[in-house]
Amino acid sequence: MTQPGTVRVCPLADLPRGEALRVDEVDPPIAVFHTDDGEVFAIDDTCTHQDASLSEGWLEGCAVECPLHASTFDLRTGEVDAPPAKVGVRAHRAEVVDGEIVVTLSTEPPRLPPGVLRGPVGR
Amino acid sequence: MSVPPAPPRSVLVVGAGLAGHATAQALRRQGYDGRVTVLGDETERPYDRTPLTKEFLAGRVGTDDLRLEADGEDLDVDWHLGVHAVALDPARRVVSTGDGREWTADAVVLAAGARARRLTGPAGLHTVRTVADSAALRGELVPGARLVVIGAGWVGAEVASTAAGLGLDVTVLEAAATPLAGPLGEEMGTVVAGLHARHGVTLRCGVPVAGVQGTDRVTGVELADGTVVPADVVVAGIGAAPAVDWLVGSGLDLSAGVVCSAVGATDAPGVYAVGDCSAWFDPVLGRPLRVEHWTDARERPAVLARLLLEGRADPPPRPPYFWSDQYGVRVQFAGRRHGDETVTVEAGDPADASVLAVYRRHGEPVAVLGMNQTKLFTRLRRSLATPQPVPAVP
Ligand SMILES: Cc1cc2nc3c(=O)[nH]c(=O)nc-3n(C[C@H](O)[C@H](O)[C@H](O)COP(=O)(O)OP(=O)(O)OC[C@H]3O[C@@H](n4cnc5c(N)ncnc54)[C@H](O)[C@@H]3O)c2cc1C
Ligand code: FES
Repeated sequence: MTQPGTVRVCPLADLPRGEALRVDEVDPPIAVFHTDDGEVFAIDDTCTHQDASLSEGWLEGCAVECPLHASTFDLRTGEVDAPPAKVGVRAHRAEVVDGEIVVTLSTEPPRLPPGVLRGPVGR
Repeated sequence: MSVPPAPPRSVLVVGAGLAGHATAQALRRQGYDGRVTVLGDETERPYDRTPLTKEFLAGRVGTDDLRLEADGEDLDVDWHLGVHAVALDPARRVVSTGDGREWTADAVVLAAGARARRLTGPAGLHTVRTVADSAALRGELVPGARLVVIGAGWVGAEVASTAAGLGLDVTVLEAAATPLAGPLGEEMGTVVAGLHARHGVTLRCGVPVAGVQGTDRVTGVELADGTVVPADVVVAGIGAAPAVDWLVGSGLDLSAGVVCSAVGATDAPGVYAVGDCSAWFDPVLGRPLRVEHWTDARERPAVLARLLLEGRADPPPRPPYFWSDQYGVRVQFAGRRHGDETVTVEAGDPADASVLAVYRRHGEPVAVLGMNQTKLFTRLRRSLATPQPVPAVP
């Protein structure tokens, strides 16, 4: 971290298009996506429906489909495009600065699923 | 050119569970503005059963967290809860309920789900299908108590895992030689069932249960070879049967659950079925297949709603899928097994409870199993979802 609320993720070259990664250094973790069109987005990693990691989901255009029950979230806004999730995830500001992905964290409270304190099952 | 039939003016859904709620939701999402009535025999608003062996049983989430409806959701549905359907006359599309009332609509959707098979016996003997079942069991899961689980299927395994996490001394009894051989095949069934021993739970396979012992309260479970496994609490996880007893005599084909076309229509015009009670024709297997999984019960109503509103629909685009969480390991499976597949572990290591296994038939991947391999699993699952070569059928 450089300044509070800002995360230097990695060089853009380390995250190929169509890929995502989870940043566990922040709590709750965030997911960073590099779309096929070359855009970079960051949202909260934990699905709001149940305990699943969105960085492990299916990236299509500007949306990610949750790997557990296929809710889809708009990467630009975090809004739900398709249920079962009832509420959106937080969207953070992601930009590329000097070839590096930098995320400015949202100041909204996270919307974690019921019963989840931090991060998903199975890791 | 054929003219599509007019959409029904009213839809009556029997069963207010996952599939019933999803049917109402799908109709409204697809723009239906006719009358929708849902009958359900449980008194609760529609709720999710899957946490009943997981987070809810562990006490990490409460009853409100199970609700399927979003806060403020209003689907403009007439919900009639605590109402039990006792008969269907398909020709007139009339459903009779236990309170003596009759209900009719242009389209009747059967979404009655499944009922757990239960054993009868003294206090301390449980089964988990409803929120009341899970709450009752939770009250008895005290640290140090001896829990015996009959059946090493998904429900049994999740109860064992949750109870072990709460500090109980757990034994799982399985009549078959290999647990989960039905859904996963012997090789992978053994790998997944291996999680029990890794977490200090005893698994005994190959000996059927002869009976539950105890008069006022359970004291143990007797096996067919005469052994008695002492128990303070017993859970029977011995499967579920489609809730179709009330449809006997209706003339519907109930040979595999409510038998339907590939898009949910029964042989009776205007009568449809979806969710755990139904067996939609599976275009790949070439026979009706009853799928008892959450995702299929939730997603197929969108197919059915399209059929109701447009007169035609394509079969579900994705193969059956389920997940299970046990001992902190996420198990996921998608696809269809014929039973003669070759299975190869393509990533991970069974010794680390991490596996990605692909099932192939004639060289083609037909199913995939993941244990803590969500990312790779998701990719492979997608590659299975090839369009099906069958025409749309009503
Ligand atoms: C404890 C548990 C854990 C599970 N975990 C998983 C999991 O991890 N992953 C997974 O993929 N799947 C899981 N499942 C399966 C999943 O929950 C079911 O596939 C799903 O609930 C099916 O939805 P449904 O609406 O068809 O049936 P149901 O949820 O059973 O709902 C049917 C409703 O209809 C009512 N009804 C029945 N008969 C009548 C009648 N005659 N008149 C009026 N109402 C009637 C029933 O009481 C019920 O309320 C689990 C199931 C259970 C029980
Ligand atoms: S956990 Fe993401 S859709 Fe259920």
